[in-house]
Order: sequence, then C-alpha cells, then structure tokens
Amino acid sequence: MLDFPRWKVISISLLLAFGVLMSLPSLFFGESHKYWPTFLPDETINLGLDLSGGSHILLEADPADVGETRLETMEESVRAEMRRADPRINIGDISRKDGTLSFMVRDSTQVDAAREALLPLTTGAGLTGQRDWDIEVRDDTRFVVTPTSAGLENAVDNAMDTATDVIRRRIDEMGTREPTIIRQGDTRIVVQVPGLEDPEALKELLGKTAKLDFKLVDFEADPNAVAEGRPPVGSQIFPYPDNPAGLPNIAVKRLGGISGDKLTDAAQGFAPETNAPVVNITFDTEGGAKFARLTQNNVGRPFAIILDGEVLSAPNINEPILGGSAQISGNFTVEGANQLSIALRSGALPVELQVVEERTVGPDLGADSIRKGMIAAIIGTSAVLAFMVITYGRFGFYANFALTLNLFLILGVMAIFNATLTLPGIAGFILTVGSAVDANVLINERIREERRRGRRVVQAVEVGYKEASRAIFDANITNVIAGLLLFIFGSGPVRGFAVVLIIGIITSVFTAVVVTRMLVALWLRRTRPQELVI
Amino acid sequence: MKLLKLVPDDTNIAFLKWRNIAVAISILMIIGSMALVAQRGLNFGVDFVGGQMIRTTFTQTTDAPITELREKVGALGYGDPTIQRFGEPNEVSIRMKLPDGADQDPELANTMADQITGMLKTEYPDVRIDGVDSVSGKVSEELLSKGVWSLVGAMLAITLYIWIRFEWQFGAGALFALFHDVALTFGFFALTQLEFNLNIVAALLTIIGYSLNDTIVVYDRIRENLKKYRKMDIIALLDLSVNETLARTVMTSLTMLVALVALIIWGPDVIFGFAAAMFLGVFIGTYSSVYMAAPILIWLKVGPDSFIPPETAGGKAERVGGPEEIG
Repeated sequence: MLDFPRWKVISISLLLAFGVLMSLPSLFFGESHKYWPTFLPDETINLGLDLSGGSHILLEADPADVGETRLETMEESVRAEMRRADPRINIGDISRKDGTLSFMVRDSTQVDAAREALLPLTTGAGLTGQRDWDIEVRDDTRFVVTPTSAGLENAVDNAMDTATDVIRRRIDEMGTREPTIIRQGDTRIVVQVPGLEDPEALKELLGKTAKLDFKLVDFEADPNAVAEGRPPVGSQIFPYPDNPAGLPNIAVKRLGGISGDKLTDAAQGFAPETNAPVVNITFDTEGGAKFARLTQNNVGRPFAIILDGEVLSAPNINEPILGGSAQISGNFTVEGANQLSIALRSGALPVELQVVEERTVGPDLGADSIRKGMIAAIIGTSAVLAFMVITYGRFGFYANFALTLNLFLILGVMAIFNATLTLPGIAGFILTVGSAVDANVLINERIREERRRGRRVVQAVEVGYKEASRAIFDANITNVIAGLLLFIFGSGPVRGFAVVLIIGIITSVFTAVVVTRMLVALWLRRTRPQELVI
Repeated sequence: MKLLKLVPDDTNIAFLKWRNIAVAISILMIIGSMALVAQRGLNFGVDFVGGQMIRTTFTQTTDAPITELREKVGALGYGDPTIQRFGEPNEVSIRMKLPDGADQDPELANTMADQITGMLKTEYPDVRIDGVDSVSGKVSEELLSKGVWSLVGAMLAITLYIWIRFEWQFGAGALFALFHDVALTFGFFALTQLEFNLNIVAALLTIIGYSLNDTIVVYDRIRENLKKYRKMDIIALLDLSVNETLARTVMTSLTMLVALVALIIWGPDVIFGFAAAMFLGVFIGTYSSVYMAAPILIWLKVGPDSFIPPETAGGKAERVGGPEEIG
C-alpha cells in the first residue's frame, strides 16, 4: 500500500492536469477564451439545443418518390433515344405502372435496334456487377424496364446526398449561424439550427422542393374539362390557385417547355409597373438559349410558371426574352419572394422532404435551464461534499478532492470529443456526483470494518481498497452497460445524458479509486499514523 | 474530531425474517402497478404517441388561465388539448394530438401549430413561446420501440453479466429485482399521471443501473461470506451480508437523495419528472436489493458449494461462526 512509486505519482498527476486543462475552455464560454494564449486548447463542449435554444428538425424523404421521378426521367430518355435512333424507332403504348416502364415497338424488326439504343441508358450499380435497370422483352415487341433494387438504392442515396447539399446551401443563404446538417440513415436529414427565434421560415424553406418549370398554356383546352381535371391529349393539368380567370386548374402542353434548373442567380425584386414583389432569375448560357427560343417561337401566347406542381402565374409572352433573364410574378409577399429566390438559388431538391419531427426551444427557456441546472448542481454537489467530510473526515476530504477533479475530467473528456451537453446531461452530472462518491463510501466503510476487526492501519486501508474494488468494478460495468444501451437507442438530449453517464463512470472510477489511493498512500507514508479517524 | 456514523457498528437486524411478507407485499405492489397502468394508462408525451406540445410562459400573469386556454384552443377545432402546468403556475404546456391525415401531409401539423401560437399571441400579449415539440406518428413509434428495446436490452445484458461474474441464481435474482423496480416506477407514473416521455426512459435506465449497483454490493458480500463461512446457515449469512453493507447502503442512498432533492427543488422544470422518478427509484432500488434480490438466493438454493474456490475445496481449515468471533 505504501509502495507508491514516483513514476506513478507523476503520471497520474500529469493525466489529471491534462484533463483539467482540457476542461478550462468549456468553463469560460464565448468571448473570454479568445484572449487566451494560443498554446492552450480551444476545444469546447457543445451546448445542446435544449440549452442554447434553437430548432431541431428531422426531414424524411419518401423513397417511392425518388423512384417515381427516376421513372419519369427514364421515360423521357427512352422517348428521346427512340426518336434519335437512325432509322427512327416508332414506339407506342408507353406507360408507367407499379414502378416499371413499359412500351411497345411498333415494328418487330426494330426490337434489336431498340435494345441496342436502350442499353446505354443503364449503368452498373453496386459491386456485384448488377445494372441499375433491367430490360426485358415480352411477347416479342413489349419492352419492360424495371429498376433493380441496387439501382434504386443508388438513386435514393444520390438524391439524399444532393438534398443534403441543397439544404445546406439554403440554410447558409439564410445567414443563420453554425447550423448542423447531417444525413441520418437511408432517407433522413437532421437539421439543427441554434438560436433561431422563428423556425417557421426555416421549415417553409426546407419544405419547398423548388422545382421550377416553364410550360406553354394550352389555351385550346375545353375549360369545363380542365375544371374537372381532364386534360386534353398532349396536355397536363396543374392547379392554379391565383388564376385571374377563376378556374382552379390550368392545362399546359406536355412538351416544349423548359425547366428552371439552369439558373445562375435568383433575387427578390419589384415589378416595374405594379411594384409587386417578384423574383428575378438569370439563366445560364444553355438555359438562356432555350428560354430565348421558347419565347421567340411563342410571342403573344401565355406560358405558365410552375413551382412544385402548382402554377404561380401565366403571363403572356409580349416579346422574345433574349437576355437570359426573366421575372417570375405571382401572388408574392416580399418575404415569400425572398424565400423563393433563396430556394431557386440553392437549387431544386431532387426529392420532396417532409418534417417528421421538430423540437424548438426558445432562448429564454434554454438560458433558464442552464441557470437552474447550475444552481441545482452547485447546491447538490456542496451538500454531498459536506456530507462526506462530516462522515469520513480526512478520507472524506480526499474523496471530495477526487470528486471535484472528476467534474473537471468529465468536462475535459467531453471537450476532447466535442461532445454535446444537454439538459438531461446536467442531471447526469449531478447523478454522477451522487454515485461517484459511492466508490469512496464502499472503500471507507470497508476500512472502518477492517479496523473494527482489529487490522492495523496500513493493512486495513490496503484490504479496504482491495476488497471494495471488486464490487466497484462490477457495479460500474453494469452502469456502463445501461449507459451504452441508452446511447445506442436514445436520441437527442437523452443521448447527451448517456454521454455524461458513461464518461462520468470511467473518470469517476479513476479518481475515486486510483487518485484517492495515491493521496491516502502518500499521507500514510509521510505520517505513519497508529490510529485512523474514519 | 467526532465523525458522523449513520449506522452503528455491528448491527444485527434480522432483515430476512420478514422476507415472505416483504416478497408478498412486493408481488402485490407489482400486480397493483400493472393494474394501474392497465386501468389509468400512462400519460404519454408527444415523444411516444406523436402530436404537438407547445410550452408557454405567461410573463405578466401569475396564474396561467388554464380553463380559458382549454376552451380557446378547443375552439380552433383540432380536438381537446391536454393542458398541464409545469414548474411555476404561470408556465403551461399545451399538448395536441396530430390532426387527422398529418402523416400524409405534415403541413397540417404546421398549420395547427401556427394557429395555436397565433391565437395565443393575439389573445395573450404577454405570452412567451418557450418551445414547440412536434413528433409525427412514424417517429413516435420508432422512439417507443427504441425505448422498449433499450429497457429490455439493458435488463438482459446486465443479467447476463451478473450470471457470468457470479452464478446463475444471482443473475435470476438481479433480473427479478430489476423487474420489480421497473414495474413499480411504471405504477408510479400511472398513479401520478406525470408525463411519460423520453427523459423518463433515461430515468428508468438510471434506476436500473443504480438498483443494480446496490444489488451487486450486497451480492459481492454474500459471495465473499459464502467462501468465508462455509457452514453458516444461508439465512444467517444473507442477514450478515446485508448488515455488513448496511452503512454503505444508507450512506450512498443518502448522497443520491441529497443530489436529487437539489434537482427537484432548484433544478429546471423540464426534468422534474426525471428527478422525481429517480428519487423514487433510489428507495425502490435499495429495498429490492435487500428484499427481492437476496431472498431469491434462498429459494434458488444458493449454498457454499456455489462457489468452491479450487484451492480451498481440498479441506483447508474452515472458519465457522458469525462476525463476533472474528472482531
């Protein structure tokens, strides 16, 4: 027991000093640690949203949605390839059903040519050499194009990656500070924005797919059929909420439109004549050329501006628009136009995202929680510390010293891992205080017991530490097991609790057993007491 | 300096004498808890049933007008709200079920939240919106199943660990004690109708960890004594072990309770339920280590042969008798 080599003392002390040093930046949040000398660490723990205030939003995409969009694109590619083939391949009876695309080649001698033309539309997917689409020919002339599961998975994965980037760009455009945007699982994205007063604007922005299309209005369509939602051949029906003609829908031509994804800029502005808020967009070279061609060929006719499947407005093309920029009018507020311009600037989402979970904490409640948590922590810790000294005297003081170091160590380890402190995490701190002393209680009670049995001082201390360690070890392992399960299955703030618990258990065993043992050994060696007050 | 001793030296309380009555009471309590849960149900928060919770503070009013609020929110046509006070009398949470069809169209949930907060802001200018929790049905189902799995997983993993470190009887005893603790905590939440949310799952897992802490300390001493006093009657041996660890049990429970009282009185209101559950859990956990985990060892016939250390099995001198012969 008395044999505590110098190298051990030094390494334990160094380890403790390192932990305390790492915890310091976190104790002086914000401004002050900017002025610190640079050799000091600057990793801090993060405050969870429930303490700092802010919004946590979980977005989810429907994979079927991705499949559907992909199938649509496939249909367009098939039509284009067949048209481009030389000689042209006539196809008909093209339909999308149950996630597959099927069509008929009118001339059965062209089946092989059609297959040749289709093959470049598929690529390899995954490591198994599987392709992303299966092409099958049934009854000699019917082609069935089915997405393979690997292909679909790839597509969903890519769509989610793109969506994450788009979301990041949108939030950056809003100018919020330190957002966290992480993909979670296969189809989810977590967005965390600290210190946001009003999450409504954020949610609005995230919920917008921002898919912009310009299509020609089919003004020959029968208004009654359109109102009932029956499109004429070659046209599609879109809802048009602000239709000046009063109809809820409008019919537009399927073909001949252009999509608005070829933009270089979008900004909120005002219409020169009416002073109504509008969005000014600028096409890139390719998009500009297409738009010029569209407007040149259709002067005098209206075209519909379609955003996310809904018509915003359907202005007349008064003259060709050749400069590569255009104005989107609609029933906008300034704010709405501003949001749309942000959404358009950062690109369209490849898939629709829905908010499946939202947690917002106002900054006042967060600050209140920190204050109350701190007060409770200080009172609770002081009471426990006082209790220990009253009960175990010198040994209680050693335990308290270890306990205080333990608090610094937890903070330090959390800072090293950039862990997040949440409100339940503060509760975890207080609980760690309560249970960390348990190790010392076990040891000290055992020493008392051994003294009663008549062991001499040094031996009693030695046996006390040895016999108590076994139970301390087992008890803490089981606590780590509970903590790990909490970490694995928990979410958000509860996870923060698990983090504090696990780190706290590990550091508390170190301080409560190793550090107090060192202190006691050094004291025993120095004074060689014949009697123990414990 | 005279030091505080909460428990006098060498206590000799016959804890196990009351084991049959205690276990009978415990079983009744478990059944009662289950009946309470079945009859009154748990007051699940939005974490587990989905829906929306809006936390508000009335900054200029001392008492939040709960009845009036209930009527006004109800008049919006989204069904009856659950309005509860948390912490101060001017702090209330308004809980709503998600509107029909919100799973297909989450916009509906947003509209509902907008309408409620809008109404609050116009009707009560001093109201401060402290937080909005909105959880869809799908996510709440996941959270619920994750919560259940973490509880079941923790109980089984811990039992397995005890089985490996001790003997199978000890594992069974620990599992039974844990089941007792969890069942009674559920009963407590059914009785008080405190909101049962994710934090409470964290509290339950902590209770499991704490209760086990206690059980292990007692078991460790039983194992030690089984090796030491090979001829001692099992009941006397269990009593001895519980008495020897009594000082530690009382001291640790007290420090835990002190820390928890600080949390309950001065801590943030949001974790009141958590702290209350833990407070109760300390009592239940301590009790179950003595009266659930220990008696089971008698019924499962644990004896000195359960731990035959190879070197002493050969007939080394045995120490027989109680602690008084050693002291």
